[in-house]
Amino acid sequence: MNYVPHTKEDVEVMLKRLGLNNIEDLFSHLPSEVLNKDKIGLPDDLTEKDIVKELHNIGVKNKDILSLSSFLGAGAYFHFVPPVVDYLSGRGEFATAYTPYQPEVSQGTLTAIFEYQTMLSYIFGVDVINASMYDGASSLAEAVLMATNIARRDKFLISSAIHPEYLQVVKTYTKNKGIEIVEVPFDEDGKTDIKFIKKHLLDVAGVAIGYPNFFGIIEDLDDIREAIGDLLLVTSTSEPLSLGIITPPGELGADIVTGEGMSFGNPLAFGGPYLGIFGTSKKYVRKMPGRLVGQTKDVKGNRGFVLTLSTREQHIRRAKATSNICSNEGLCALRAAIYLSLLGKEGFYELSEYNLSLAHYVKDVIIAKDGFDLRFASPFFNEFVIKTIYNPDKLYNYLLDKDIIFGLPLGRYRKDMKDSFLINVTEMINKRDIEKLEKALEGYHD
Amino acid sequence: MTKLIYELSRPGKRTYIPVKKENISSKFPHELLPSKFIRKKKAYLPEVSELEVVRHFTNISQLNVGVDTNFYPLGSCTMKYNPKISEYITQDSQFKDIHPYYPEKFSQGALEILYETASYLEKISGMDKVTFQPAAGAHGELTSLLVIRAYHTANGNPRKKVIVPDSAHGTNPASSALAGYEVIEVRSNEKGMVDCDHLRELMDEDVAAIMLTNPNTLGIFEQNIKKIADLAHEYGALLHYDGANLNAILGRVRPGDMGFDTIQFNLHKTFATPHGGGGPGSGPIGVKSHLVKFLPVPHVEKKKGGAYFLNYDYPESIGKVRAFYGNFLVVLKAYIYLRILGERGIFETSAGAVLNANYLLGLIKDKFDLPYNERYMHEFVVSTKRYKDKGIKALDVAKRLIDYGFHPPTIYFPLIVKEDLMIEPTETEDREVIEAFADALNSIAEEIDKDPDLLKEAPHVTPVGRLDEVWAAKHLILRYEKTEN
Amino acid sequence: MELRDGLLYSKEHEWLKVEGDEGICGVTDYAQDSLGDVVYAELPEVGKKIKQMEPFMVLESVKATSDVYAPVSGEIIEVNEKLQDSPELVNSDPYGEGWLVKIKLENKDELNNLMDKEAYAKFLEEEEK
Repeated sequence: MNYVPHTKEDVEVMLKRLGLNNIEDLFSHLPSEVLNKDKIGLPDDLTEKDIVKELHNIGVKNKDILSLSSFLGAGAYFHFVPPVVDYLSGRGEFATAYTPYQPEVSQGTLTAIFEYQTMLSYIFGVDVINASMYDGASSLAEAVLMATNIARRDKFLISSAIHPEYLQVVKTYTKNKGIEIVEVPFDEDGKTDIKFIKKHLLDVAGVAIGYPNFFGIIEDLDDIREAIGDLLLVTSTSEPLSLGIITPPGELGADIVTGEGMSFGNPLAFGGPYLGIFGTSKKYVRKMPGRLVGQTKDVKGNRGFVLTLSTREQHIRRAKATSNICSNEGLCALRAAIYLSLLGKEGFYELSEYNLSLAHYVKDVIIAKDGFDLRFASPFFNEFVIKTIYNPDKLYNYLLDKDIIFGLPLGRYRKDMKDSFLINVTEMINKRDIEKLEKALEGYHD
Repeated sequence: MTKLIYELSRPGKRTYIPVKKENISSKFPHELLPSKFIRKKKAYLPEVSELEVVRHFTNISQLNVGVDTNFYPLGSCTMKYNPKISEYITQDSQFKDIHPYYPEKFSQGALEILYETASYLEKISGMDKVTFQPAAGAHGELTSLLVIRAYHTANGNPRKKVIVPDSAHGTNPASSALAGYEVIEVRSNEKGMVDCDHLRELMDEDVAAIMLTNPNTLGIFEQNIKKIADLAHEYGALLHYDGANLNAILGRVRPGDMGFDTIQFNLHKTFATPHGGGGPGSGPIGVKSHLVKFLPVPHVEKKKGGAYFLNYDYPESIGKVRAFYGNFLVVLKAYIYLRILGERGIFETSAGAVLNANYLLGLIKDKFDLPYNERYMHEFVVSTKRYKDKGIKALDVAKRLIDYGFHPPTIYFPLIVKEDLMIEPTETEDREVIEAFADALNSIAEEIDKDPDLLKEAPHVTPVGRLDEVWAAKHLILRYEKTEN
Repeated sequence: MELRDGLLYSKEHEWLKVEGDEGICGVTDYAQDSLGDVVYAELPEVGKKIKQMEPFMVLESVKATSDVYAPVSGEIIEVNEKLQDSPELVNSDPYGEGWLVKIKLENKDELNNLMDKEAYAKFLEEEEK
């Protein structure tokens, strides 16, 4: 199959008009030394029914998370996505449009992104949220670049209690810009070591903190703000549902807020597409990467929306742009806007509260068992670290055989945390899952 | 005027209940968290019913134009039809509800998709290894330049400069700057191709890479590509292929055979995944064998027994450019597209794209200026220069096209042509559409003579008229301001 | 394009009005026209040291962001605060209310590198070709 609609006659008419004899003549000017004279080596073409069957056979090799009791989060959270989100975001008018460069025929996208910017700005407590970045990790990397640019300093402190993959991405982005990244250790409570920060402020542009951090812990952002004086505070929130309950980073003095927005109406999708959240105060808006939708009016005075401050962007400023980003995650941002509209003010709060309290309940269930304890005694949202006296690999696989994913084994990231698991509990964990876990852990020993 | 969802909101209004209150645990936030962590006021979100949400977003969607509603000949963006079968399959729980941190035995199907799609793209591009980590084209450019930088660094010197043509996409210089390189522009010659003499002057041992699109943004194939590649390699520089225009040469020319060392693909252009009003895209990169060890981790690999796994063991890797492995669902859509096209469909696709562009150009070239009299591939650039004394600009023609039911082409790009329209019809449009679009352009050309104001005040049929960008930039209203207490 | 007597002009389209050892600087009518509607002026701080022919501030329109180059070396002693709220003055009155900064000149010899009205007019003609 292919998607070229021409009949044989069409092709003849069109070629004739061009004065050509056959379709290959369209390529006759290409230098022969670069022409491919062979087959490419792709499989034969398929009809739709064939591809559906074939993909079903590949799909069954994946384990659908609904068939598991999964306590796995760590930057990718399994929340319920209401069908309304798929239904509306799947509309061709949204899905098959390009970036809204022509505002008169793109008011749908522009209005929705303006609403997204609005919702997220209130959730994060900042003046401005942009139209999206690639994901939480690259958002944080761009924030570090922006902060060093504002402060005109090339040293930056990053909490080592931030998501390890985010930290890696920051290093990749900053390495060639001559920016020195200093990792701030975390203390025995799993919080970023403020004493260390205070000792290392010389020549530093700012500090980046996970909020909640990788271990699910809610950091003392107010104390960190105070400790760093007028340096720039950057936050990274990989579970923004937490902000239904916890104080928004903007209100605690974060200068740049970033985050991963997949929790808002986007599926796990094996890691992408996700949604990079990026926001700041009005003061720094011109230093910000990414697109922005602004309100304006048309010739008759009617309200409308346009892309604004485009002069910061690559298509105009080229090498001097604030970032190279062009395509972002627009449709994922639209999904977030639909999701948050559906939940509304009360629903968003209730869902956040539900995650908080269910996670604490599951924590109590686990630590009631012999050989299990909470690793860090700090406030958390819906994710926490459990340490065990048992062999971690054996325990993990024992539970896996029962279709329970016991979170993320942290030995993967740190040698000193081999005995620990990062456990996440969302609203998708039900009574049956908890009973299953409880039963499996009951009397467990190596 | 369309209302914002906030303007439909009324305190207490709702129908959707995400969770029932009678919970397994009944503890309240202030019993679980110190009070300083609890937000004082609930986040300001709209309060509306589910039906209102559905109506609102359905209504605003209708203010948009997409490939599904109108012809969308946006140059360099390849706005082809996005097959619905891809949407159908990606809705399946087997693909969308899988966690990136699963033990590998739970995600074998996903790993297989990544592995197989990579092998198809390797075949199409003539490269040795493809990674899907970059989330979009510009992200792919950056990743590619970081790989190039790692390669030069391993050879003792990261080098200083990247050369891009003056006709290049804005992302090329921006990505180069982000990778820590100084950007040097090479001129285009009178044929709209890279000026090889100028390039030779610019070349030295400090040049890390040359970035090219081929066919270039004018839609012209660089005839001297082999010479350019040789010149780059003579100085130890690498050549990067910006895959924005890959649609033109699918199957017929492979960037690897032209001498390119790296390529970034745009799955949301060439491989028919929907652009989503600004994303998500996917910008995989492919490299030749000598660069494989520098690619981002992990690599998706296959064990002898046939099981797929994620290999992080590449100590010379540039690291990661985003979390996890890439925009998996977008990759899956590209996989579906490639399997449906198969070997034959790939060739038919590039043929259709080039045929449509050339046919369209033939129908309109009497009424517009063609800055370069060359052979064109999948797109072309014309100028409205001759209408300047009537006060008509490319923008006016673009806006008037909307009244005729077409999305405007790309305008004011590439920068080397004044008052230009960059037109890319793609292969999925039929002859009637191409002809109707040509008729529209030709009749607009007549309107310029008779009634130029018709253009200057266009569009006339849209929900809003021409929007005041100056007002937006001066007032910077970037969110709806809270009206409640 | 309007040009004014008594001003010195740079190749980057700035003008300078010299009064003793101080100079008032703005952009020319030609510059404001090619830039389009100015929406924001990123003014330098008073006290900033600037060098002839190096960018020292930025003007932003909806279609471009342009560096403004220092016509002479010296120190910024005053900036046009009115531009904070009314950047459009650069368009409506480039030689008057749309001035940008006052500079304390460091080296008067540098004035020889600038053009007078006639030379600039000729320079513009060349540019347009």
